[in-house]
This record gives sequence, C-alpha cells and structure tokens, in this order.
Amino acid sequence: MSIQAKPLHSVGVPMKRKEDPRFIQGKGHYVDDLSFPGMLYLSLVRSTYPHAEIRSIDITEALKVPGVKAVITGKDLEAAGLGWLPTFHGFDKQMVLAIGKVLFQYQEVAAVFAETRAAAVDGAEAVQVDYAPLPVVADPFTSKADKVLLRPDRESKTNRIFHWEVGDKDGAARALASSARRIKQRVWFQRCHPAPLEPCGCVAYFDTMGRLQFHVTSQAPHVYRTALALVTGIAEDKIHVISPDLGGGFGNKVPVYPGYVCAIVGALKIGRPVKWIETRTENLTSTGFARDYHMDVEIGATADGRVTALRVATTADHGAFDAAADPSRYPAGIFGIVTGSYDFPVAYAEVDAFFTNKAPGGIAYRCSFRVTEASYAIERGMDILADELGIDAAELRRKNFIRKDQFPYPSALGFTYDSGDYHKTLDVALERIGYDALLKEQAEKRARGELMGIGLSTFTEVVGAGPSKHFDILGIRMFDSAEIRIHPTGAGIVRTGTKSQGQGHETTWAQIVAEELGLDAGAIMVEEGDTDTAPYGLGTYASRSTPVAGAAITMAARRIREKARKIAAHLLEAGEADVEWTDYRFQVKGVPARSVTMKEVAFAAYTNMAQNEPGLEATYYYDPPNMTYPNGAYVAVVDVDRETGEVKVRRFVAVDDCGTVINPMIVEGQIHGGLTEGFAMAFIQEIQYDAEGNNLSTNFTDYLVPTSLETPHWETAGTVTPSPHHPMGAKGVGESPNVGSPAAFVNAVVDALSPLGVRHIDMPMTRDKVWRAIRDAESTKG
Amino acid sequence: MIPAAFEYLRAHTADEAFAFLQQHGAEARVLAGGQSLIPAMRFRLARPAVLVDINSLNDLSYIRVDAKSLAIGAIARDADVERAPWIADRRWSLIHDASRVVADPVVRQMGTVVGSLCHNDPAGDWTAVALAARAAVVVRGKSGNRQVGIDDFLVDSFTTATGEGEMALGVVFPMPDDRTAGSYQKMERKVGDFATAAAAVQVSMNDDGTIRSAGVALSAAGPCAVRVDAAERLLAGQKPGEELIRAASDAAWHRSAPQADLRGSVDYKKHLAGVLVARGLRQALARLGVQA
Ligand SMILES: Cc1cc2nc3c(=O)[nH]c(=O)nc-3n(C[C@H](O)[C@H](O)[C@H](O)COP(=O)(O)OP(=O)(O)OC[C@H]3O[C@@H](n4cnc5c(N)ncnc54)[C@H](O)[C@@H]3O)c2cc1C
Repeated sequence: MSIQAKPLHSVGVPMKRKEDPRFIQGKGHYVDDLSFPGMLYLSLVRSTYPHAEIRSIDITEALKVPGVKAVITGKDLEAAGLGWLPTFHGFDKQMVLAIGKVLFQYQEVAAVFAETRAAAVDGAEAVQVDYAPLPVVADPFTSKADKVLLRPDRESKTNRIFHWEVGDKDGAARALASSARRIKQRVWFQRCHPAPLEPCGCVAYFDTMGRLQFHVTSQAPHVYRTALALVTGIAEDKIHVISPDLGGGFGNKVPVYPGYVCAIVGALKIGRPVKWIETRTENLTSTGFARDYHMDVEIGATADGRVTALRVATTADHGAFDAAADPSRYPAGIFGIVTGSYDFPVAYAEVDAFFTNKAPGGIAYRCSFRVTEASYAIERGMDILADELGIDAAELRRKNFIRKDQFPYPSALGFTYDSGDYHKTLDVALERIGYDALLKEQAEKRARGELMGIGLSTFTEVVGAGPSKHFDILGIRMFDSAEIRIHPTGAGIVRTGTKSQGQGHETTWAQIVAEELGLDAGAIMVEEGDTDTAPYGLGTYASRSTPVAGAAITMAARRIREKARKIAAHLLEAGEADVEWTDYRFQVKGVPARSVTMKEVAFAAYTNMAQNEPGLEATYYYDPPNMTYPNGAYVAVVDVDRETGEVKVRRFVAVDDCGTVINPMIVEGQIHGGLTEGFAMAFIQEIQYDAEGNNLSTNFTDYLVPTSLETPHWETAGTVTPSPHHPMGAKGVGESPNVGSPAAFVNAVVDALSPLGVRHIDMPMTRDKVWRAIRDAESTKG
Repeated sequence: MIPAAFEYLRAHTADEAFAFLQQHGAEARVLAGGQSLIPAMRFRLARPAVLVDINSLNDLSYIRVDAKSLAIGAIARDADVERAPWIADRRWSLIHDASRVVADPVVRQMGTVVGSLCHNDPAGDWTAVALAARAAVVVRGKSGNRQVGIDDFLVDSFTTATGEGEMALGVVFPMPDDRTAGSYQKMERKVGDFATAAAAVQVSMNDDGTIRSAGVALSAAGPCAVRVDAAERLLAGQKPGEELIRAASDAAWHRSAPQADLRGSVDYKKHLAGVLVARGLRQALARLGVQA
C-alpha cells in the first residue's frame, strides 16, 4: 500500500492511518482471536456481597460439571505464595482470589478452568460460597470515621490510605484570609470507567522450552513482564509478553489484574493453554475505574479579579485496595497541576484517600494521573469566581493567565511549564465561536426567560511521563525507547516500548522516521507489543508516547543519519565534514548536483560501505528532561429545556495547542474521541453504587456510552507553541480533550441556570438532576 | 455472558411451532427477534430449557393495511414498520413516531413489534402505542385463534395473557378514521435506551372541531404500560385548548406510578409523564391542523 509517493515532508501531513484498513475490514487481531490446541477457558466466581466473611467455598458440584478441569481458590494461591499481587504504585497489595473475606461486590473469589467457555461459566455458577455479611462502607466520608476497619491485613489500623500535601499551607491560608474576595465550592468528579470496547483478557501457556507465553491486551507489555517476574518468581527471560491489537485501553489496561495471575497459575498447574476473557460486566465492576475525587476548591482574589491564592482539599475513594495505577512518586499523581493556566502566587493542595467496599482503582482514564480531576476543579473554580465577582468568565481568565513571556514558568505547586500562549489560544476559540454575538443572544434570551449557557475551559495539561526522577512503576524509571532498522531498499522497521491502542502509532512513528531520514513513510513498518523484539519501554498511556517514545524515535533516527553521513561521504567521495543533510538528502556542501538520497545510502550500507560498519540501525533510550504542557481553550454553548432539564449542546469549539503536530488528521481524531468521552462523563456516565455497596452500573444499559447519534458536532482548531525541550517540539494530545472538556460542559450548564441562582451541579448532569436544580431554584425564589 | 444450556428447535410452520410449544409447555419460550430474550439468557436472568425459533415462519412476516386495519405478523421487524410505504400517512403518525425511537437502528433490524408486546417490558414502547391505538393481539391457543384486546393482553411486568404453550401470531391495529393523528413522545438518556418516560397519544376529531376520541397511554409509569383513562374521558367531546391539555397532562401525572432507577427518580418520571402527554397532544393536534 503506497501511502505517499514522494515523502519529502512527512511531519505535518494528514496521512491516512496505515492501520485503519485492517481495523475497518475486521482484520484486527485481538487476544480473543487466539486459539491454541488443548486450550482451556477460565471463568471467575465473583462475590455477590460488597463486604462479607467467607465461611466456606464448596467446589464439589463445580468439579462435577462436564468439562470442568480444576477449580482454585485464594487458599490454594496463598499456599503457593501467590495470594496477593503488589499494586503498581507500590503502596499496597491486592488479593488475587479472596482470602477469608471479600471487600467489594464482584471481587474475584475462585477460578474455574474448563474445556469450553460455557462449561467454565457453568462451573463458576456451581461453586457454592457461604458468606456472612459484614457492615459495608460505601463512601469515603463514612470510611474516614474508622468505625469499620476494612483492611486489618495492613500495618496501620485505619481506613486512611494516605494524606498527601503539596504547596505552602500557611501561606495559602494567610493569602486566602486577607483576600478581598473568595469562593469555596465542593465539586465531585464522579467515579467513571474507561470501558474500552474490548474488555481485558489473556491467553497463557508454557511452551516446550518452559517459557511462559503470555498474550494479553496490555498497554504496557514490558511492565507486565517485569511485574509477572516479580509476582510469580519466574525468571524474566522465561516470560514472553505479546500484546496484539488492542480494542481500546484508556488506562484500563495498565494494571495487572487477578484474572491474569489465575490464568498463568492454571496453565502451569494443568499444563495446558488457558484463555481468560472478561465479560462487559466484569470489566465495569472489577477493573480500574477512574476519578472519584471530592474536591473542596477555594480561590482568593482581589476585588478587580486578580487571583491571590488557591487551596484544594480532596477526599478520594480508592475502593477496596489501593490499586491506583499511578506511575508518579506522589500518591495523588500530578494533581499539583491544579493551579491550571493561572498565575497563582501561592497554592496548597491536600489529598486524603480512603478504602471503601468498592472496586479497587483508580486509573488515569485518558489522562496523566489525576490531571482530569485537577483541571476540572480549577476550571469550575474560576467560573464560580467569575460569577462571584460579576466579571465575564473569559475576561477573568485573561487577567490571570500565565503570560507568554513567563515561560518557562515555575508554578506555585512545583511544576515548570514549558511553553504556551494562553491568550492567543483563548482568542482563537472565542473568535471561532463568535463569543460577543453569543453573549448578546444570551442576554436577549435571558430577558425572555430562556436558558442558554456558554461555558469555557482554558486548561493546561501535563503529559509525557516522565522525567525519571519523578516517575516510576515498581521502581522502573519512566523513560521510553526506540529501535530503528533501515533495510537495504530503504524500507525499514521501528520498534518502541510503547503500545498503540487506537492512537495511530503505525502511522505517526513512520512519519517521524520518514521526516528525519527522507524516506517513504509508507515503507516504514511499526511493530510494538512484543517484549522479545521491542526495546524496553513503559507503554502507552498518559499521552506519553509522542513526548517520550516519539522523542526516542527522533533521536534514534538522528543516530542513523549520523552513520549514514559517513556512508554518504564515501559515496560522494567527499570528506564527512563536507557533507550536509539538506532537503532530505546528503549533498556536498554548496553543490546540489552532487547528492545522494537516504535510499541510496541504505543500499550502500549493505553493499558498498567501504570501511564503515555495515548496516543501518540505531536504538535510543530517551529520558525526558521535563514533562510537556499542552493546553487548550474550549467553548461549549448549550440550551436547556426548562420543562424537562434536557440539555442540547448546540456548539462546541475546541482549540488545542499540542506543540508541533505530526499528523493533523490523527490529532483531530484523538480530539474528537476525547471530547466524546468528556461529553459522556459530563452528562451520562457514572459507576453508581447504592448505600449498601451494590454496584448499579454493571453493563452498557446502566453505564452509558454515547454513540454517534447523540454526540454533539465538534469544531476543532489549533495553535502551535512547540515544546522547547522535545526534539520535534511535540507535546502529546490524546488526553487533552478528556481533561479539558468536562468543565466546559458543566460551566455552560451552570451558566445557563445561573439567572435562577444555581451555582453548581455535579456530574453527570442528568436531565433529572438539571430539572431538579431548576425546580429547587424556582421554588426557593417563590 | 454465556447462557445456560438449552435445546433449540426451529419451526418451519406455525403449526409446527405451536406443536413444539404444546409439547414443552412452560419449559419453552418463543424466539422472535431475540433482542430481549437473548440478552436475558446471556445474563442468565432467563433460562428456558427449550427455544422455539419462529424466524423461519415467513407467512408471519406480513405487514398488511386494508380498509379496516393494520395487521403486523409475529416476525415483522421494527425496521420494516419504520420503512413501510404507508407509514407517512397522518393516521399512522403514532406508529411512525414510535418506529423511529424504539431501541436503536441496529436492534430494529431484528426486533419485532409482536415480540415487544409479548415481552411486556415496563418501559417498552410498543405496549404504550398499542394501548393508545387500541390494538388487539391474535393469540393461538388449543381451541384456535382468539383476539385479545391489548388492555387484557398486558397483565403485569413481563407477563401477558398468552398462556402456557400458546403463542402470539400478530397484532391488529384498527384503521383510524380520516381525521386522526397521533404522536409518540419519548424521553431517553441516549439512543437505544429504554424510556425514562414516554407518552403515546392518538386523537380523532369530529367535523365540529371537538375531539371525538382520544387514546392516551404511558410507558415507564408502572409495572407495565398504562392507559390514562381519565385523560381519554376528559378529552372526548371537548374543544382542544390549553386548559384541556393541562387537565389531560395532570391526569397523566396522577396515573403515572413509576419506579425510581438509574433513568430517573419517581417525581421526575411523573413530571415527565405530564409534560410528554401535553407535548403529544399538541403535536397530534398540530398534525391535524388544529390550534390548541
Ligand atoms: C440495545 C437494546 C435497546 C433496546 N431498546 C428498546 C427501547 O428503547 N424500547 C423498547 O420497547 N424495546 C427496546 N429493546 C427491546 C427490543 O425492542 C426487543 O426487540 C423487543 O422488546 C422484543 O422483540 P424481539 O422480537 O426481539 O423478541 P424476543 O427477544 O425474541 O422475545 C421477547 C419475549 O417475548 C416472547 N415472544 C416473542 N415473540 C412471541 C410470540 N410470537 N408469541 C409468544 N411469545 C413471544 C419471547 O419468548 C420472549 O419472552 C431494546 C433491545 C436492545 C437489545
């Protein structure tokens, strides 16, 4: 498939995605497509109770089900030293199969292995578990009281997992106290789930060499290999992790789940390949959720709207185990980005996390860890402040933005923002949406009692984990890597430590190599996900692939270019110092007629290399000096039906600045996807538990995923402020729309209802909730 | 998501299907479009021992309109109704509206009107439509076929008047007279969701500008769809107007007895029942060129 004949410019070209024909034609290759001779199926017995003592587990009937081969329980695993699994953050551990008691509904209790998937499910149904219910702690505020101790297995006898703080506590308190104006609001970012269309799953077997072959839908295959070596004690060279095509991940496929350990144990014990594929319900109820942060936001300001201080106190619900997939050294990840795009002289943030009888997590759902929560808190806070001061929301932001000339900007909570032009990004957005005309229309509508709202979100993201001094998983520093091989004919292959799950790496990586080496992007193959062939890397999440692996690719390509220069000098019969790389070819300085292409050099590298080392390959491990800081200005316009609470998103303009854009079409696609997820969280999504700890959102009827039919129309645009420290100036973009958009929607709806006196509505803004807010506001008004 | 084991029987004629059902009695379930039954089986909420597949009964795929009625066979799909040539006729506007909002476009390719009536979900769409349009279901039993009026057919949540070993062959909607129009108003959280609340309305006018008769029904307002008798009575014989509509809407609010769930609270759903009936009446009247 020829993508492009003359690959002069590759970066900046909206090249069609190389992977799409495969996916669109149903030729993707997923874990569940795999089948091996003698393969068994694993089905898990899950707890029906949120909190209960396990009196007994009777597997007799299960073993009688035709086709069932074996059943294992927590006791069996404990005996083998595999009862618990360390969580990625390293601060806690998680039961693989329940031992003694269950701590959340749908927790893994027993594993059934059978000849067919149906027999495995029948077997799981036949396992008899006798539970004695225990008092349930269904929210972090109850948990805080420590009346019921959820984790007596831990050393510290409290439900509090951690208290973490950053910033100047006293300074912020003083500044708030002396501020002319201040606002305070509790906002809750509800529990969400990334719900990738392909749920989690694996196939495990031991080959004739005794090596564990582990096919798994993972965003971080190398991390899995190391984690499995640490957990199981199998030597790391005897573990081969392969991630085939992924049907989405969004952070859900970063943690290692109990089902994986069970599959491996089953394969070892029974000596046959074992497949485990979650159901949708299992995915929603037991694997990494996101958010669940209750945040008290306080902002102080001068009377004319200059911010003086920020203080945020958060109560976090982590569920039954602290299985947070947080790769940073800080318990609340990079929540410190909560000062956002604004020049706060002083700030303080604290997070208290608690155990509850809910599914363990959380994960960074399409964001760097806790950035979406932080961004939502500050963007809501700024709108509430604008309302309090009676200043236009755009004006207040302009007044407080970090100015272009302040970069690199040291934030009050310790980040060094790399670059940005926030005023410009906002101006582009306001012009695109026609802000002034909308304000006029809104004033007219308000006079008639119609509810129309305009919502802004001018967020700053922080992506590209990470500088290894701040980030690690189980101690492994968060660099990433690339290996490039250019073949004799000028085609090539790139391998990285990242793993695409819809981001389009097969195209973007090829474009970077093509750009750096003057080759045809259509002839550069990208391979990821195989730990035997790919260089070690930390995987794809947190918008880190382009900032980290993309940089590694660039640097590896430049290494190749340096070697190629030597060969070019030989071909051009010139001194190396006289050969320059210009216009995608090597030429003798100042003599365009005497030049060779990279393709010619590639051939010579294998056929006519003179005294140079043969071949044209390079590897690069990149440890970024800093994070990158993409930003954006989003504007939502909504109309609210007073009678029913129905909200129509009339328009949505998203202006993103992600630095240098490698493939604008892929970037736009990422933005569309992230905005759709932001829309979903804002209006319809929540993993809801009742007061007794029962999970109510167990399938797609009760956990809603929008389709094209209800998704608003997205208008996108961009500004470009390159990152000064990334070799291509790129920043990462996949998460920005998910991070930035929820606040825009909420700000718009609250703006629409503000004439009634409504100040805040928590997400998801269901029609019921919006209608109730209107009704309550109207009844208090009389 | 794997159903419990079951026996699968494919019927080739209605007689054969009926024989299978008679043979297996309470153990057996009819498989029509499978859009409700298969998910319930996969969650193991339904565990029939025997499935009698009626999808090969081509003589039950009919959708027929004649001078007296519209008849829809047991395996006519929602999508066939949605695309039927007669559907744009004002008299069928209630059915037309509903056919575009039942489930989602993919589900409508398989789902059937009759299957939906037999399933009798508390939040189903066709049940409310059938009430407002005063349909009847043709049931085949031991003593032959009988027509059961929809009010009698819908017994309770997921329960109908079809007895053990019986099956529904089709549904019949009486042909409304010329000066008739309807409206289906559904509030859903997203396309493909069951109703948070829904109202089915059908109005026939007299020449003198008074309402001859009205059908008003609600979905998601009780154990199964309900007729708002009080609204129907107070509309009949009256000249349309805002006050009349408000009275009908209030009647709907009173009649609605929903359950709170993730779609909404009781008071929100009751409120919607009133709002949607008012909107439905206004739209039906507008379709008739009547200013309310
Ligand atoms: C994603 C999704 C969204 C949906 N949304 C909606 C919605 O918004 N509104 C709505 O109303 N419905 C909705 N449905 C349900 C859908 O419309 C179903 O198709 C319909 O309710 C049942 O029709 P069916 O032909 O699929 O019946 P089946 O699933 O085949 O059968 C349903 C039940 O009726 C019985 N049955 C079927 N036919 C007969 C017969 N001839 N005689 C006796 N018993 C019979 C079956 O035994 C079974 O118990 C949705 C379904 C899905 C999967």
